[in-house]
Amino acid sequence: MSIGLLLLIILGLGLAGWLVGRQRAVASVAGDIRKLHSLPGYYGHTVFLMTTVPAFLLMIAWTLAQPVVIESRIADMIATSDIPEGSSRGLVMADVRRIADGLDAVVARGEGDATLAAVGVEGADIRARLAEAGVAVGGEVKPSVLAAALEYRALSGTALTALAAVALILALAGLGWSISRIQGEYRARNATEAFVMWLLIGCSLIAVLTTVGIIASLVFETAHFFRLYPAADFFFSATWNPKFGGGSSLGIWPLVWGTLYVSAISLVVAVPVGLMSAIYLAEYASKRTRSWVKPAIEILAGIPTIVYGLFALITVGPLLRDWFAQPLGLGSSSSSVMTAGLVMGIMVIPFVSSLSDDIINAVPQSLRDGSLGLGATSSETVRQVVLPAALPGIVGAVLLAASRAIGETMIVVMGAGAAAKLSLNPFEAMTTVTVKIVSQLTGDTEFASPETLVAFALGLTLFTLTLGLNILALYIVRKYREQYE
Amino acid sequence: MKDLVMETRVDVQTVKIEARKAQVFYGTNHAIKDVDVDILDKTVTAFIGPSGCGKSTFLRCLNRMNDTIASCRVEGKITLEGEDIYDPRVDPVQLRAKIGMVFQKPNPFPKSIYDNVAYGPKIHGLTRNKAELDQVVESCLRKAALWNEVKDRLHAPGTGLSGGQQQRLCIARAIATSPEVLLMDEPCSALDPIATAQVEELIDELRSQFSVVIVTHSMQQAARVSQKTAFFHLGNLVEFGETSQIFTNPRDPRTESYITGRIG
Amino acid sequence: MSGSLLTQDPRTKARNAAERRFRGYGLTAIVVALLALVWLLISIFSAGLPAFRQTFLTFPVTLDEKVLDKSGTRDIAVMSKVTTVAFAKLLSQSIEAEITARGIDLGGASAKDVTKLVSEESAATLRRMVLADPALVGTTIEFTALATGRIDGYYKGRVTMESAALDKNTSPEQLVLADKLKEAGILGTRLNSGFLTMPDASDKRPEAAGLGIAVVGSFLMMVVVLVLSLPIGVAASVYLEEFAPKNWLTDLIEVNIANLAAVPSIVYGILGLAIFINFAGLPQSAPIVGGLVLTLMTLPRIIIPTRAALKAVPPSIRDAALGVGASKLQTVLHHVLPLAMPGILTGMIIGLAQALGETAPLLLIGMVAFVRDFPGGLFDPAAALPVQVYNWTQRGDPGFVERASGAIIVLLLFLIVMNTVAIILRRKFERRW
Repeated sequence: MSIGLLLLIILGLGLAGWLVGRQRAVASVAGDIRKLHSLPGYYGHTVFLMTTVPAFLLMIAWTLAQPVVIESRIADMIATSDIPEGSSRGLVMADVRRIADGLDAVVARGEGDATLAAVGVEGADIRARLAEAGVAVGGEVKPSVLAAALEYRALSGTALTALAAVALILALAGLGWSISRIQGEYRARNATEAFVMWLLIGCSLIAVLTTVGIIASLVFETAHFFRLYPAADFFFSATWNPKFGGGSSLGIWPLVWGTLYVSAISLVVAVPVGLMSAIYLAEYASKRTRSWVKPAIEILAGIPTIVYGLFALITVGPLLRDWFAQPLGLGSSSSSVMTAGLVMGIMVIPFVSSLSDDIINAVPQSLRDGSLGLGATSSETVRQVVLPAALPGIVGAVLLAASRAIGETMIVVMGAGAAAKLSLNPFEAMTTVTVKIVSQLTGDTEFASPETLVAFALGLTLFTLTLGLNILALYIVRKYREQYE
Repeated sequence: MKDLVMETRVDVQTVKIEARKAQVFYGTNHAIKDVDVDILDKTVTAFIGPSGCGKSTFLRCLNRMNDTIASCRVEGKITLEGEDIYDPRVDPVQLRAKIGMVFQKPNPFPKSIYDNVAYGPKIHGLTRNKAELDQVVESCLRKAALWNEVKDRLHAPGTGLSGGQQQRLCIARAIATSPEVLLMDEPCSALDPIATAQVEELIDELRSQFSVVIVTHSMQQAARVSQKTAFFHLGNLVEFGETSQIFTNPRDPRTESYITGRIG
Repeated sequence: MSGSLLTQDPRTKARNAAERRFRGYGLTAIVVALLALVWLLISIFSAGLPAFRQTFLTFPVTLDEKVLDKSGTRDIAVMSKVTTVAFAKLLSQSIEAEITARGIDLGGASAKDVTKLVSEESAATLRRMVLADPALVGTTIEFTALATGRIDGYYKGRVTMESAALDKNTSPEQLVLADKLKEAGILGTRLNSGFLTMPDASDKRPEAAGLGIAVVGSFLMMVVVLVLSLPIGVAASVYLEEFAPKNWLTDLIEVNIANLAAVPSIVYGILGLAIFINFAGLPQSAPIVGGLVLTLMTLPRIIIPTRAALKAVPPSIRDAALGVGASKLQTVLHHVLPLAMPGILTGMIIGLAQALGETAPLLLIGMVAFVRDFPGGLFDPAAALPVQVYNWTQRGDPGFVERASGAIIVLLLFLIVMNTVAIILRRKFERRW
């Protein structure tokens, strides 16, 4: 029985339960629904929920636990001698899973279990068979591994049947119990609402779970990385030179330097432009100008970063190379810190301008009146009264923009280059933390080498950095808002 | 005989601001109609009237603060010492240096007390050096009767003062540019009675040097501090004259109703 | 500070000049920002619009039974043993025959030049056509073949006579021949619907590369995002806005949501790789994983506007419903949610639009893989629009730059449509209380 069918059956039971529950509630008061505590539908709801929800929860828990349980049972089947040099039990278990899935594919192709059994005897043939089914297995398949795979398949099958049985029993039990409770005074609405409330709480907890997931996966894999590679080298080495044969230098500093350099250039572009636009829009522009200029600038924030990346790659990069880098003798690469920084600066303009605009508008009009009433010009008012008053908020906006720039990926992947360097020349290609996360994790990834796992350490660094900036920025902005509320 | 005395007084005190047939429009809304007023030097003139009668609007016309509202338009003639303040050649910045303003709610800048007062002299370049500026700040704070309260904490933020102190700081700030006329838009409406009394006393002292125009809701206040009173109603200047005459012997029935509490 | 009001003293003049300069800076900043936008759009559109037109060759092809079905049985199993190489040969023979038949002078173009007029992809297209309809064997059909990327580039201005002389994949003679074929009506440039429907093609065949799988993949992911994030987002917002007591747990959730909205998108990619692929064992490149990752990323960005929409419903509505004895949940479901719906949907659409354009997290969960088969479901490998763009920019042939820019135009069109719907929705249903 497949999972999908099981789901359908339980849903069907639930719907039937809804009808029965509703009908039973009406019958219990001889059709006079005014005597019921709740509307008849609510009685149906309680039955439906009691039938389906426990069964579904069980299915989810079971699916999560099943691989772990099965693997622990078959792990013993593989003798330590069967684990190749330089590999680990985990990798062999991954092979077992792959082969088991492959066998599934072979069966799905219509070659019955009989062939499968035959294949099991003469192990040499298995690779060809699997390849036919589109599953590539690297290296020879050891008999013990194959046996484990067959066992894995068998156990999985048994487990699925068991799951179906238990889930159905649970659903039926819920159905029977909830129907038996139905009578006129039963507070069906309250029961349903209590349930919905838990559902709502559950949904809001997903945000927390996401954070936990992010932190757990980053910290866990980073710890794994530091067991394979010394943390001191990661944090204090100035060389980044991953070699997939081993013996890499994985110092974070060239990447951090590139990240900060690109972000700094982007802020140098975005802060004056964004801030001055915000000032003009808030203090000088007529309502009509404002009504179309503000959305037009905000379009920049709605454009996907891949578009900026392409813009850097096909337009800005070649332009900077041909008009600045080469004539000045500063380099001949179209990807450079300057390219990425400039384009990212354009992207960040609306983040600075929108937030600054809000913040400048939050400065009370009475302060402007006070200054103008003394005979100050508008620009004197802005520079000497409005901006100092709005300064904390603007600092917050710039910090948010900085965090945005540091975490940005596509523009630097396509515009900054891939060479990890500690250089001051802005027309040289450099690389950033995000670029290296992408390059170390794209393609075929085995989660055992420090060259791959370093991406998680980089991710953790990036996460900590941006989170710190965000918290600081949000704190400053909030403090600022409170000041004028 | 009495009339004669009054006329001589008018002659002695020069007219600072003269409004003739002044009109103010907000878009199509005709907010001020045909207002004729003479603001005398070294005199406190009070504008009274029910809410929305246009007294604040008219006050803001006198130093062109209404320029900051895009839909606002002023017609008629308003002159300062004979010069039309709405002449296209007039720079509102220069005008406002001569006609200072104090607002309804105390609005000290989020700077130090010193910087608040020094702001006007600095932007207008009224002092040559720090010592002179210090002197201006001190004398203005003294005139505003605030010096003794703040002399030890000149560099503390102005927003940390109490409401009444803040308003006196704003007055000090306004007189620091040595204006000729001081406009006050309900300067006591956000203050408690004690602070109000202090500010009123201050206004009376300021009269010796400036021409003061004050908009107020409180008829008692108008009676206490002003020599001249103008009563506005629905955008019209109903009656303008000596304060004592307006409050004791109003000529217009509308003035009388307002003063006796029947409209407003 | 005395003197006439009618003349400006020097200091005022200087101050007014400073004022004008300051205004000028502001205006310049706005012009710079707007020019950057215009420059960006012009650059992408001018590079990408040619992708929607394509050069084709139309000529008769005789589907020779001796080559395509030696057995004569029309048995698909037998016929599928004939490879694309045979079909390619057939095509080059046919075009040569057509050139000779029309009496077109080769003008020094080599046989290789003639063969290389037709894209290698067309042989595969012809093979699929024949296998789908074996009855075609033995007949002569008018076949429309894709011209190679270089010929196509010649008509789009990418390839010139000078560059052709240096290029081993084409030659000036071939281009001259192409011009003659164009005069003869064999070769022509027209609308390229295949760009939107065809799957990706290999490195050497930019002319055949299409967005079909990427569009389907992106669509599937958006379905996942919509189905998951709308109910979860609304449920979470309703709880936080309407029911949540003020305690450490709800504070924690609030802080979480605010910060999650600003976490770099690539971090979600790492999360997806670690949790969904490595831990849960879901397949790489699958729309389900992409959808899940984008859902987690979009959720906080949806919850924020949804809560704002709920907050905008005045308390009087809630009081009215509670006053007639509705439960709190009934109040929310019957009154508050329907009134907040336009705002919620607007936020949802904008969130979806952001998710649609997101690239970085998808790179990490294997969406960069080269996929030739349309996905049959959520668990099959697929591509995604923005990732397809990235993919094409990483290839050597300059023809792919045009494809990538064209793909961006498609992406931007989708975004414009979504945002327009959101704006219309807001305008139409916006209510001021």
